[in-house]
Amino acid sequence: MSANRTAYRVMSRNDLTRRLVSHLSGNEAVIAGIGNTNFDLLDAGHRPENFYMLGSMGLAAPIALGVTLAQPDRRVIALEGDGSILMNLGALTTIATLAPANLTVIIWDNGLYQITGKQATATAGPTDIVRVAESCGIPQSYWATDQSHFEQLVTTAVSTNGPHFIAARVDDASATARPERNPVLWRDRFMTGIGTRAERSV
Amino acid sequence: MTWAEQLLGCLQSSEIDLAIYVPDEVLTPLIDGASADPGMDAFAASREEEAIGIAAGYAMGGRRSVVMMQSSGFGNSVNALASLVVPYQLPVAMIIGERGVLGEFNPVQVPISRAIRPALDALGIPHRTLERPEDVEPVASRVIQQSFRTGSPSVLFINPLLTGGKADR
Repeated sequence: MSANRTAYRVMSRNDLTRRLVSHLSGNEAVIAGIGNTNFDLLDAGHRPENFYMLGSMGLAAPIALGVTLAQPDRRVIALEGDGSILMNLGALTTIATLAPANLTVIIWDNGLYQITGKQATATAGPTDIVRVAESCGIPQSYWATDQSHFEQLVTTAVSTNGPHFIAARVDDASATARPERNPVLWRDRFMTGIGTRAERSV
Repeated sequence: MTWAEQLLGCLQSSEIDLAIYVPDEVLTPLIDGASADPGMDAFAASREEEAIGIAAGYAMGGRRSVVMMQSSGFGNSVNALASLVVPYQLPVAMIIGERGVLGEFNPVQVPISRAIRPALDALGIPHRTLERPEDVEPVASRVIQQSFRTGSPSVLFINPLLTGGKADR
């Protein structure tokens, strides 16, 4: 259960992304939402099981849900920003209803629509996204209170039955990496990474 | 066989094992049929673009699903189609119960029914309309198969001439 989110430490999104990746055993699929979320995921080192969204704001969790249903033996992580998840809160109710054991949703919450000009989101005000997730029916929903707690939550999420929901307050540092703007390239790399497309030599 | 039974048979023979729907009254026999089918899972998404996102993930995960919605819900789908399904070239098969035509009673259903085909054409998404029972199996099977074979989205409209439409009550 969450307390007041303002009590939690604001952490570096880039650093937390690196900590997340360091706890992945190698075959977890990661679906990363638009903007700095997937820029930092790339910056942490490309993995074949990463899927980078170039558009479709708000759909990281639904895409991840689809992968969990298609591949129930694979752990799947949706990485989203606060503005993105606010666009599609209904997806949390679907996740709660289906309760896939292999899904984790991680929210980077900086209270901003950062990439569009740092306009404030509702999470900068009254909305506590962990309480939203709990109320939608995802009981394993937690704020990461500091870096080591975040790592502990990730370790639990990738080794126990979910769905898991983790939110962290993060900074608004601009990520430096940029995935190539080539949707089919990322689709093919991702599908090759999760074993649904054969690598072809030409 | 009813149109819904024929269409369910097409889904089964196309190896579709998941139906993701946002409810629509005229599609109810199809949704109920998919829900009752032991070889198929079916569940409701809260919104059409969410359903399309789930179908996109399912396709990349190596399996086949179908998205069902009402024509009004197409308006909620456009960005998911335009910025995910079309540019990433994903096989997302959609079945859309058609309102706003051939005897519609609700004026708010009509405008999107005029916009939907031009929008699909502009996005390059192939679509066919099912009006006659004898067309259901041959047309639906071909459209769905092509969608998955070519890695392209597709739309099948379920027209009131086939279903009888929705009654005003």
